[in-house]
Amino acid sequence: MSLIDLANPTRFLALTARVLPWLAGATVILLAIGLYQSALAPDDYQQGATVKIMFIHVPNAWLSMFVWGVMSIASLGTLVWRHPLADVAAKAAAPIGASFTFLALLTGSLWGRPMWGTYWEWDARLTSVLILFLMYLGLMALWRAVDDPSRAARAAAVLTLVGAINLPIIKFSVDWWNTLHQPASVMRMGGSTLDKSFLIPLLLMAIAFTLLFVTLHLAAMRNEILRRRVRSLQMMQASRVAFSSEVGTGSRQENASTGAA
Amino acid sequence: MSLGPYASFIVTSYAAAALVIVILIGWIVLDYRNQTRRLRELDRSGVTRRSGRSAMDAS
Repeated sequence: MSLIDLANPTRFLALTARVLPWLAGATVILLAIGLYQSALAPDDYQQGATVKIMFIHVPNAWLSMFVWGVMSIASLGTLVWRHPLADVAAKAAAPIGASFTFLALLTGSLWGRPMWGTYWEWDARLTSVLILFLMYLGLMALWRAVDDPSRAARAAAVLTLVGAINLPIIKFSVDWWNTLHQPASVMRMGGSTLDKSFLIPLLLMAIAFTLLFVTLHLAAMRNEILRRRVRSLQMMQASRVAFSSEVGTGSRQENASTGAA
Repeated sequence: MSLGPYASFIVTSYAAAALVIVILIGWIVLDYRNQTRRLRELDRSGVTRRSGRSAMDAS
């Protein structure tokens, strides 16, 4: 099955109905293994047991940017290739991305208090992620504000692509500015600085959360396709009612004029 | 497994993540039920897609 075949919403619904149970099962299994490995991970020599917050904070932080990346590609699909499912994908991803970003901010804050002595600091990394969260909310508000999905899609696509400028700012903020946040320790030139006992559970949790995103995203895309189907059928129903009442009024008027003659 | 003096921060982080994910899953499941129910109602009232297929096809 090619990408063109998937452009057909009915085929997409049929395919995802088959794939989703497997994805959900794989997510649950991987999440269970990841949580078990996280629980077994040793305490850090400086941070103690609070290092365990890393196993949920980091996957959520990665996904907050990854989801915006997915939405940016989908936005290109809307503006350049006009793929029928592109704006469905972008719209469905926004609330999921917002949730991951919220969790990254919240768990980061809860990790920061015992380690930095503060829940929040207006430094480059924290502020740029907060901006990302606000952009997710803005995008969701835009989708709700415009009734016509195709008009909303174009405006949202432009906003998403403009917002993508924030992604490298978030990534390199720890290198460009002096921040409380530690520099990159996993995805960096020269390899990870993390010990295997932390790296393995972290990667397992990252894969599990990515699978969770894929599962939720496909399910949310199905819902969006069904919502649009409901909308078009309701419009069809409304136009039928309007047409039949128009015909009814027309025939009554005709009868009245025939009677008068 | 001892979580040390900052156990409340660790437990709150994991509990918050679990809660947000459960809310997200619940919202998606409820939304699916809501959309399929509306499609079924439209189907019953005789509104079908232009292709002539049922509104519930492949959902």
